[in-house]
Amino acid sequence: MQSLQKITSRFIPLRIENVDTDQIIPARFLKATTKEGFGKNLFRDWRYENDDETKPKADFVLNQKQYSGEILVAAKNFGCGSSREHAAWSILDYGFKVVVSSFFADIFKNNALNNGVLPVTVTDAFLQQIFAQGPEDTLSIDLAAQTITIDATGAAETFEINAYKKTCLLNGYDDIDYLLSMKEEIEAFEAKR
Amino acid sequence: MGNTLFGKIWDKHVVKQIKDGPSVLYIDKHFIHEVTSPQAFSGIEKRGAKLFRPAQIVATADHNVPTVNQHLPIADQLSRFQVDTLIDNCKKHGVTLYGLGHEHQGIVHVIGPELGITQPGMTIVCGDSHTSTHGAFGSVAFGIGTSEVEMVFASQCIMQTKPKAMRINIEGTLNKGVVSKDIILYIIAKISASGATGYFVEYAGSAIRALSMEARMTICNMSIEMGARGGLIAPDQTTFDYIQGRMFAPKGADWEQQLAEWKTLYSDADAQFDMEINIDAADIEPMITYGTNPGMGLSVTGTLPTMESFTDTTEQQNFEKALNYMGLQPGQSLLGMPIQNVFIGSCTNSRIEDFRLVACIIKGKQKDPAVKTLIVPGSQEVAKQIKKEGLDKIFEAAGIEIRQAGCSACLGMNEDKIPAGEYCVSTSNRNFEGRQGAGARTMLVSPLTAAAALLTGKITDIRTLLN
Repeated sequence: MQSLQKITSRFIPLRIENVDTDQIIPARFLKATTKEGFGKNLFRDWRYENDDETKPKADFVLNQKQYSGEILVAAKNFGCGSSREHAAWSILDYGFKVVVSSFFADIFKNNALNNGVLPVTVTDAFLQQIFAQGPEDTLSIDLAAQTITIDATGAAETFEINAYKKTCLLNGYDDIDYLLSMKEEIEAFEAKR
Repeated sequence: MGNTLFGKIWDKHVVKQIKDGPSVLYIDKHFIHEVTSPQAFSGIEKRGAKLFRPAQIVATADHNVPTVNQHLPIADQLSRFQVDTLIDNCKKHGVTLYGLGHEHQGIVHVIGPELGITQPGMTIVCGDSHTSTHGAFGSVAFGIGTSEVEMVFASQCIMQTKPKAMRINIEGTLNKGVVSKDIILYIIAKISASGATGYFVEYAGSAIRALSMEARMTICNMSIEMGARGGLIAPDQTTFDYIQGRMFAPKGADWEQQLAEWKTLYSDADAQFDMEINIDAADIEPMITYGTNPGMGLSVTGTLPTMESFTDTTEQQNFEKALNYMGLQPGQSLLGMPIQNVFIGSCTNSRIEDFRLVACIIKGKQKDPAVKTLIVPGSQEVAKQIKKEGLDKIFEAAGIEIRQAGCSACLGMNEDKIPAGEYCVSTSNRNFEGRQGAGARTMLVSPLTAAAALLTGKITDIRTLLN
């Protein structure tokens, strides 16, 4: 897993609530047996007319040339629905390192963190401030300080992340390494049940 | 102070509590399937690690399998490769597989309970968000991502922050024509698709106690559709009677010992919940969804909200987007609307009791000739039972084909898809855009309301067809 410390980037505003993982990556793309290459199908059915890559939908934000960046900003309840980790893989593979929303679904949040994608939960008011920025404006996220800043205005908020996950992400460690190191404790737990 | 049912089970499985971090939670049973496991197997191999407790894992192929001609090789090359990868991985790592063609094959959340693998007090995970189904037995069961599948492969543990506890009490007697699916659709419509995010929900009250195990599974199944980490119901005599005698159920002295322990699984009278909701069963009517998330539901006789009922502009835009997708108007009624497809199946409603309910409505009648059907039992065992009870004859006489077990049109990974722009009255769990096929318009209902649509070809109040 890649480590993540600080990032300053323009962002892509997705003003849609309840974005479910079926929209992030439709089920027909879940037939793969590896984690790579999902980015091209991210938001597939919102991106293209009739599943045709030569017909991008002009009204969808990923197709609007003025927007770019490594930060995706979405309305509340992002990542609801299916537990498919393919959703996190497709967001990462597309090039996003951070997703900002006023509310995340639980499983998506875990999946994102397990892949080095940082979910940043902000207040509704702050989310609206971000949405009010232009396509050239940038956001800065400092994981160690747990802050997100709108660079143009200087407005900032702190965000929550548990200390353990923060350490993992800052250093690029994953849970599996940790659990493998706990083998004896787990065996001892099993023995006394 | 007393503990909640959820708290009792969770606490007993904590191997270690990381300071300011998650718990290391021990997992009793791990179900896997072909779609969310391959990357976890390759991950563990890349680390040079072995599966820690392969005997605690059970595999099946369900998401990506055809529901006709299962004896033939899978036509779709990618699907076949994925299912074959599961076979290879299970063989290589010593995992029990109930694969295609096996008498125990079926939707993972149908076969677990059916075989008696799912038992009270357990922690159960699976790389599928509807793992909450198993909570109907008084277990802590929840869906996980593939990295977490790999964690359980590596250590039989998972890193997880303890959710808060919610209790939803449903007291009273259900109205005629109202079944457990209506209860859960009613709850989700009431608290929204994100209303239980961060919580583990216990369903309680006299209306829940009166339900069969199949009906309880339908309710727990959809806990995730309101954002909950999982849902559970305290085990009682109904639970014990269902489990006893099943293939993997404890036997003899072991049964007595387990039973004594299972009887301690309830929320103490003084247990504190972080949130509690009370519902009167009499308020629940047959339900249907009109929008593109399971929270957008109403009574089948109701009318859609109007634009003015939303104060927030983002909410208005989202409502408008959903209605555009569904081809519906604000304020309209759904009754009498023609529909083109009926899907009966999925881990929500594909058990024998669901087929009995449908059979009881369609017996001696013909389906509307314009309606296309996908009727898919949850498992080989359910299919066998359908035949044993002669329900297949009732479906056949009504002009309806019963297919073979799998997830089918619930998520449209295989060929079972709903054509763009067409309506599908569906007993599944999600009405997301494109879920049942690109452009498909899903309306979630109970098996009874689906049966009514089968006969009339329209959105119908099932109560008008009951004596």
